[in-house]
Amino acid sequence: MESLVYVALFAPLVGSLFAALFGMSPKNLITGIATSALLFISWMASVLLLIHVAGNGAVSTTLMDWIGAGDLLIQFGFQVDAVTAVMMVVVTTVSTVVHVYSIGYMDHDKGFNRFFSYLSAFVFSMMILVMSDNFAGLFIGWEGVGVCSWLLIGFWYHKEDVSTDINPSISPSWAANEAFIMNRIADLGMLVGIFLIYWNTGSLTYDIFFASIPTMDDGLLVAIAIALFIGAMGKSAQFPLHTWLADAMEGPTPVSALIHAATMVTAGVYLVIRANPLYSHEAVEGVSLFIACLGTFVAMFAATMALVNRDLKRIIAYSTLSQLGYMFAAAGLGAYWVALFHLAAHAFFKALLFLGAGNVMHAMHDELDIFKMGGLSKVMKWTYIYMGLASLALAGIFPLAGFYSKDTILEVAINEDTYLIWFALWVTAGLTAFYSFRQVFLTFGGNERYKELGHHPHEMPNYVLIAMAPLAILAVIFGFVFMDSFQSFTSTVLPVYEMSHATHKIAWVFIILTTLIALSGIFYAYKKYGVGLIRDEKVEGSFVYKLLSNQYYIPKFYDSMFTKPYAEISDMLWKKVDLKIVDAVVDAIAKFIYFSGDKSRAMQTGNLSHYLNWMAVGVLLLAVIVSLSAVLG
Amino acid sequence: MIELSHYLIISGILFSIGVVGVLRRKNLLMLFFATEIMLNAANIAFAATSSYYGDLSGQMFAFFIIAVAASEVAVGLGLLIVLYKKQGTLDLDNLVAMKG
Repeated sequence: MESLVYVALFAPLVGSLFAALFGMSPKNLITGIATSALLFISWMASVLLLIHVAGNGAVSTTLMDWIGAGDLLIQFGFQVDAVTAVMMVVVTTVSTVVHVYSIGYMDHDKGFNRFFSYLSAFVFSMMILVMSDNFAGLFIGWEGVGVCSWLLIGFWYHKEDVSTDINPSISPSWAANEAFIMNRIADLGMLVGIFLIYWNTGSLTYDIFFASIPTMDDGLLVAIAIALFIGAMGKSAQFPLHTWLADAMEGPTPVSALIHAATMVTAGVYLVIRANPLYSHEAVEGVSLFIACLGTFVAMFAATMALVNRDLKRIIAYSTLSQLGYMFAAAGLGAYWVALFHLAAHAFFKALLFLGAGNVMHAMHDELDIFKMGGLSKVMKWTYIYMGLASLALAGIFPLAGFYSKDTILEVAINEDTYLIWFALWVTAGLTAFYSFRQVFLTFGGNERYKELGHHPHEMPNYVLIAMAPLAILAVIFGFVFMDSFQSFTSTVLPVYEMSHATHKIAWVFIILTTLIALSGIFYAYKKYGVGLIRDEKVEGSFVYKLLSNQYYIPKFYDSMFTKPYAEISDMLWKKVDLKIVDAVVDAIAKFIYFSGDKSRAMQTGNLSHYLNWMAVGVLLLAVIVSLSAVLG
Repeated sequence: MIELSHYLIISGILFSIGVVGVLRRKNLLMLFFATEIMLNAANIAFAATSSYYGDLSGQMFAFFIIAVAASEVAVGLGLLIVLYKKQGTLDLDNLVAMKG
């Protein structure tokens, strides 16, 4: 079984290195095919491991000693238990699909080979992140996915800023830096957490840390929980570190599907789930409740921003943010398996949604404004079906995947008697249905507004559409086929979460309520946008609409609060400190040497007699020094 | 009675004459003579101290210096002749090809 672990882990690395060999050369189809094939092998190994873990329990193995210094011993150890197996299958499934999809999507791109190298490197880092049996390995994977995310968001780094009237877009390199720097801020918190763990347990291995939790001080546990969660907040783009996720949409769409919807952004949720013995400890109750509240807040906050956005990809990005909020809400309330289940279900339908958006972008020549689309269902039937299915799943309509996972989260909120959280999440379910179908109707329904702009949309090649099929199938069946087995499978690692009898009895009421609000959201979207785009000046001019379409002015606030003062301080330090003190000192030394050299150049007369005189002076000087030191010393 | 100090004083006087010659003379041939005077000043000092202490190594060293000086003169004079044929002069003030 150990060999399967290594195959699953290293196949993406081999693919990445192979594609990197062709990094500087023109497009070569072999890189796309080879990386996809290796990813498929990794997927098969992951599925086999999942089956093995289901039958025989967790597999753990140590590759080698990594860091050994004094008492510190960190091993390259891997542990595949139920949670890891689920994550591995989710990651490899989505990434295999995305790799095949990218062969079609990146067809005309100059950086074709480079793209596949980065993408596979990302999968490798993600696998390290989920498979490691200690926090050091987790952190390496955590940083690895951060670097790959930076490389891929800024993949088209040569692009300039493109400003449209309402939705000013930013350049990919700026977005990449924003994502990277925001994650650095959060990672500092995570590092502090890891240091605290090492300091107090002397080990970074999960099992040793979890075993020593009962003996640790309450305040210390709270500190560790907070520090680790700060790291999770950055990676999963939770408020107030959320702005990078929407800007990350500047990257190629397959990247958005894989990294910024299905896998990397869920790493924060994975961390909370993985550290469940910590977060379910009674001393950390307050932190867990805070996680649930923050998740709920972000779910609603992001959904409201998605309501009015016109950018196809940004709407989906806000939706991702909102769904991550749902996951944190579930994890914070203690229902870890529900959070993991929503994570998996969300990965499938959200990746599908993004890939569908990629098809639309491809057809519309990178046009992202849904106000300029419409009526695409006639030319892009399959994309319409895929995106419709994904949106239904996202909205939580029976019997698609989203219905099961989201409904269970709402049930958990009821079961915990946190009615406010339930209510906020319930309203958000309605908002989710509205914005997803607003997007679907504006893109695929109504009048064909793109014709005025001279676009000639076309469907993607067949193999791309076929590659998307597994995600579509999973988005449909994942809930009713896998939910029960998922629950029993993950119960080997995660605490069992049972609903009380009272909740069981009235659950059907809430299911109906949730379905009702989702359906009414869809219905309202149909009424408003089903026939075509009718712009309402009064609504668009209103304060709320402006507030939402400007993302609550948070990016502007950050800009004026942090970015600009920082730039000003840097400017001041550059002009005052760097130029006037540091540079001046260095320049003075150089100038003195220049000056002395210039003056002593006169000695070089070329006349041997003069040289000999100077030599005599030197000898005399040495003699004086020697005799002085003899006398004094 | 001639003592060691007399020899050493003679040696010092000779050496000083050599140094002044090296520093002041402008003719390369004269510079050679001056260096020879300095070497021989050292030889006198070596031989005198050697006999004073009854240790032969000083005299051996003097012989070495004489041998080295002889070979140096052989090579140096050859070079000087070539230089004179080329430049027509051995005056140092006119040989300033290395002026910086």
